[in-house]
Amino acid sequence: MFSVNIKRITKGGFVNFWRNGWVSFATVLVMVLTLFVIGGLILSNVVLTSVIASLEDKVDITVYFRTSAAEPDILAVKDSLTKLGEVESVEYVSRAEALERFKERHKENALITQSLDEVGDNPLGAALNIQAKDPSQYASITTFLEGNILSGILDKVNYRQNQLVIDRLSSVLRASRKVGISISIVLAVIAFLVAFNTIRMAIYTSREEIRVMKLVGASNWYTRGPFLVEGFLHGFLASVIATLTFWPLTFWLGGRIQNFFGGPNLLSYYQGNFFEFFLVLFLAGTMLGVVSSSIAIRRYMRV
Amino acid sequence: MIFFDKVSKIYAPGSAALENVTLTIEPGEFISVVGQSGAGKSTLLKLLLAEEKPSEGNVFFESLNMSDLKLAELSSVRRRIGTVFQDFRLLPNKTAYENIAFAMEVAGQLDENIVSDVPQVLELVGLVDKAWHFPHELSGGEKQRVAIARAIVNRPDVVIADEPTGNLDPVNTWEIVKLLAKINELGTVIVLATHNRDIINALGKRVVTLEKGRVIRDEKEGKYVL
Repeated sequence: MFSVNIKRITKGGFVNFWRNGWVSFATVLVMVLTLFVIGGLILSNVVLTSVIASLEDKVDITVYFRTSAAEPDILAVKDSLTKLGEVESVEYVSRAEALERFKERHKENALITQSLDEVGDNPLGAALNIQAKDPSQYASITTFLEGNILSGILDKVNYRQNQLVIDRLSSVLRASRKVGISISIVLAVIAFLVAFNTIRMAIYTSREEIRVMKLVGASNWYTRGPFLVEGFLHGFLASVIATLTFWPLTFWLGGRIQNFFGGPNLLSYYQGNFFEFFLVLFLAGTMLGVVSSSIAIRRYMRV
Repeated sequence: MIFFDKVSKIYAPGSAALENVTLTIEPGEFISVVGQSGAGKSTLLKLLLAEEKPSEGNVFFESLNMSDLKLAELSSVRRRIGTVFQDFRLLPNKTAYENIAFAMEVAGQLDENIVSDVPQVLELVGLVDKAWHFPHELSGGEKQRVAIARAIVNRPDVVIADEPTGNLDPVNTWEIVKLLAKINELGTVIVLATHNRDIINALGKRVVTLEKGRVIRDEKEGKYVL
């Protein structure tokens, strides 16, 4: 009997969905808008995150060693830095390499090349390029370096020169993350409320029907079932439509956004994560449809 | 089979829709409840269907007290009571056939039974050719016949009809009343609320007269007297 009821309820939901043509259409349309907002938030978070990450990548500090510093000592400093939890990566630039890079950078400038030749010996010290996991951690890394037993071989740490810029940038990045998250939450809540109320209206138009079903002797689940199936269908259809609308959109916007902000191409992100993306919208849509329907129908069940 | 034990229903303090009503309905009876608008006819039927709960007293269906039933038990009792309303109350998104089949589905009937029984009741109410019409494609009399078919398809013990002819012309009214009488002859209790004098006088069955929520007359072969 259970399977027969499931079959009848499912069929009832499908038939109602079809025969309620206009109401279904309007509900799906509003849910498409809701899911579109959610999908848009996901994509803008991808852009925002990658912009923030690329800015963070640009922030690093460099430790310059005295020319007299021995390579094993420098490598010991490098090791101790790598062991720090705050450090993302450390790059060792030897004296020879530093000279090489310097020459490369100034090969157009005859004066500098000439002066280098004049000096004969390599005047440059070795260096470590340090990248922290979070820009706010450069201060503690610098303190660690300056307090190190090998600090005698340090020439200078360029954090102190760039401290202001680094601090300001890191607070801007932190703030934009927070703002991004808050805006996303507010927009998502608004979108959900709009969809919820649309479904409530749709159920409101069926209130007499619900009453009649109860009076004819339908159990609560038998009455509720078709409406939940209908809600599921609204959500499913809306998630398919919303997911598909992002295809031309990312196709059109992907290159432009990439040129403007850098970061990944949205079209390739969309294609690469198509199923995850659809899954998120599908779950959001169907949950919204089913949960809103069951909340909205409750008040009409008390017969 | 149905017993109203000192039942009162008070919607707003100071004015009782029903007051201290005691009434017994025997198996196989055709009972008409008459009275002016506001006399309490509809309330009486709503209490019987547990659409409303009594403020005082109890309504019994066989040995079951309708106010004590849990939701699941209530649904199963309602499947033993067929109902016909003045405003038809058909499911607008279902065809005549599906409306009738729905009552069988909720009663847990097998598909084979639905396929064999629905055409039978459609034949009984004379609507075989309109089986696949939606309610908005049917006339008032046709809608009411669908409603009656839906009410009787599960072979209920009782059919409650609340002003079933209130929206119909005289010809259709007679069709419906004859149909109810025929169902009664097959052994089903009919509880009919109406204020149509001609119907009551022609039927010559038990008549309970309500006035301001009280039973003022209860006659075996009653006439419409107000």
